[in-house]
Amino acid sequence: MTSGAASEPQRYLEARIRWQPLEIAFWLASLLPFWLTPSYLVLASQIAITALFALSLDLILGYAGIVSLGHAAYFGFGSYTAGLLAKWGWGEPITGLAIAGVAAGLLGFLTSIIIARFRHLALIMITLGFGLLLAEAANSASWLTGGADGLQGVRMWQLLGLFPFDLYGRAAYAYSLCVLLLMFLLSRRLINSPFGLALRGIRERAIRMPAIGAHSPAHIRKIYTIAAVMAGIAGALLAQTTETVSLDTLGFQRSADVLVILILGGTGRLYGGIVGAIVYMVARDQFSGINPQYWYFWIGLLLIAVVMFLPNGILGGLARLIPRRWRSV
Amino acid sequence: MIASAVGVLFDGFAYGMLLFLLSVGLSVTLGMMNFVNLAHCSFAMLGGYVAVTLTNEFRWPFLATLPLAFLTAALVSVAFERVLYKRLYGASDLEQCLLTIGIVFVSVAAAAYVFGTVQQSVALPSYLRGTVAIAHRSFGVYRLFLIGVSLLITVALVAALEYTRFGAQVRAAVDNQRMARGLGIDVGRVFAITFALGSGLAGLGGALAVEIVGLDHAFAFTYLVYVLIVVAVGGLGSIGGSFAAATVLGISDMAGKYYFPELGAFLIYFVMITLLMWRPAGLFGRR
Repeated sequence: MTSGAASEPQRYLEARIRWQPLEIAFWLASLLPFWLTPSYLVLASQIAITALFALSLDLILGYAGIVSLGHAAYFGFGSYTAGLLAKWGWGEPITGLAIAGVAAGLLGFLTSIIIARFRHLALIMITLGFGLLLAEAANSASWLTGGADGLQGVRMWQLLGLFPFDLYGRAAYAYSLCVLLLMFLLSRRLINSPFGLALRGIRERAIRMPAIGAHSPAHIRKIYTIAAVMAGIAGALLAQTTETVSLDTLGFQRSADVLVILILGGTGRLYGGIVGAIVYMVARDQFSGINPQYWYFWIGLLLIAVVMFLPNGILGGLARLIPRRWRSV
Repeated sequence: MIASAVGVLFDGFAYGMLLFLLSVGLSVTLGMMNFVNLAHCSFAMLGGYVAVTLTNEFRWPFLATLPLAFLTAALVSVAFERVLYKRLYGASDLEQCLLTIGIVFVSVAAAAYVFGTVQQSVALPSYLRGTVAIAHRSFGVYRLFLIGVSLLITVALVAALEYTRFGAQVRAAVDNQRMARGLGIDVGRVFAITFALGSGLAGLGGALAVEIVGLDHAFAFTYLVYVLIVVAVGGLGSIGGSFAAATVLGISDMAGKYYFPELGAFLIYFVMITLLMWRPAGLFGRR
C-alpha cells in the first residue's frame, strides 16, 4: 500500500512527460506556413509571439490560479527594454532578448512579493493597478519611450550575423517559433515536476497547501517571476521583429486580449494559449479586414458563448471528442 | 492658491459624486452575491445614450430623461441578470469576469454601430447652465445640481437600507447569504431587485455624466477602471465606504490633473495600490 502510494505521483508525472504523437504532429505543422502561406509569415510570427505571451499567462493563471488583469506590464517592459537597447546601439537580437527577459523577470520578482500576499478581488485590482501604473509611467516619460508616438529608431542587427529581418518575415517567424518552442519545452518540463504539482495544489485549494507543508507564497513568487521573464521575452520578440515599440504593448487592452486568448484556447493545458492565439489572431486578421470597428462585437459574443457552453475552452471541448489515450494533451 | 483649492475641491467633490452614483450598485451587488460584474458601466452607458437620444432627437427636457435613463438601465440589467448572470453565481471569479467583459465588448461595439464613435453631448436647459456666485466665488450650477441629486440619493439609500424591511433583507443577504436563506429570505429575489436598482443608479449616473465627462462608445471601458477602484477601495457591500472612496478618488484625481498634469492618472493608481496593500478588503470592508 505505502509503496504503491509513493510511486503513484511519480508514475503520473512520467506519463505526462512522455510525448504524444499529436504533439509532435502539431509542432511539425507549425513549419507549414513557410511553404503553404509564405505571404502570411508576418502574421505567423505575430501569432507565435502572442502564443508565447499567452503561455506565460497560462503558467500563473492556469496552474497557480492567479488571475491577472495586468500581465501586459511585463510584455511591455520587455518590449521597451529590447527596443531601447537596439536604439542605443546594441542591436544583437539574442543577447537583447536575454537582457529583456532578465529585466522583466526582475520587475516580476519585485511585484510578486506583493502579489503573493493577496487573492480574489484585491489581487485582480492590484495586478490591474500595476499594469495601469506602468502604462501611465511610460506615457509620462516620453523623453525615454517616445510617448504616444512610440519608440522610433530601433535598428536590429542580422540574426546570428546571417539572416536579416526582412519585409516577408521569414527570419522573424523562424526566430519567434524557435523561441516559442524553447520556452514551451521549459514550461512543459516545469509543470510536470513536483513544483508544477504544488502549483496545481495552490490553484485547487490555497488554504490547504500550507497545512500539508508547502510554502505557497514562495511557489507563487517563483512562478510569477518565471512568467514575467517569458512575457518579457515575448515583448522583446515583438519589438525586435517589428523594429518599433508602441504604448499599447503596456495597455489594458493587451492584458485583456491575452486573457481572452488563453480562455478561448483553454487554461491549464499549455497548448491552450497557442491554439487560442492561432484562432484569435487569424479571426482578427480576417474580420478586421471587413470591419475593424465591430471586431469586438464578435469577440464579446465568442467570450459569452465560451463561458456558457465551453467552460474549458476549445481544447477542453475537443478533449471530450478525442479518444482517451490522447487526452493528456 | 486658496481660490483654486476651493475650485478643485468643489469640482473634485462633484466628480466624486458622479463616481459614487456609477459604482454604488456594483458595490452592493458584489458584496451580496460575490458576482464580479464588469459590465456595470455598460448599463451606465445605456443610461447616458437614453438621455442623449431623448433630448437631442425627441426634444425632451433634460430632467424628464433622467427617470427614463434609470428605468431603461434597470430593466435591461435585470433581463441580463435573469438570463445570463443567474447561471454563474456559483462559478469562479474568472468565469464571471469573462462573461461580463464579453458583454462589455458587445456593448461597446453595439454603441459604436448605433451612435458612431463621436463624442456625444446633451442640451441642458438654461437654468442648469452657467455659474452662480456664493461668497464671492463662482460655482457651476450643473455641478451644484449634481451634488444635490447625489446627496439626496445617498440619504435615500442609507435610509432605505437602515429603516425598511427590504433594506434589512439586503443587509442580511450581504452579511451572510446562507444564513439569510435559512431565515426564509428569498435571496434570489432580493438580489434581482438590488441588481436592478444598482444598475438603474448607474444608468442615472451615466445620464448625469454626459455633461461633465462626455459620452462615447468606449465609456463602458474607460469608467470601468474608476468604478472598480471605488468598489475595491471602499470595501464590498458598503455604501458609506463607496461614498468615502468616491469622494477621495474624485478629489485626488481632480487635484492631480490640476496641480501635476504631467503625472496623468499615475497618482490615482498609486493611491489605489497603496490603499489596497494597507487594507486588502477596502477601507470599510469586513471580509
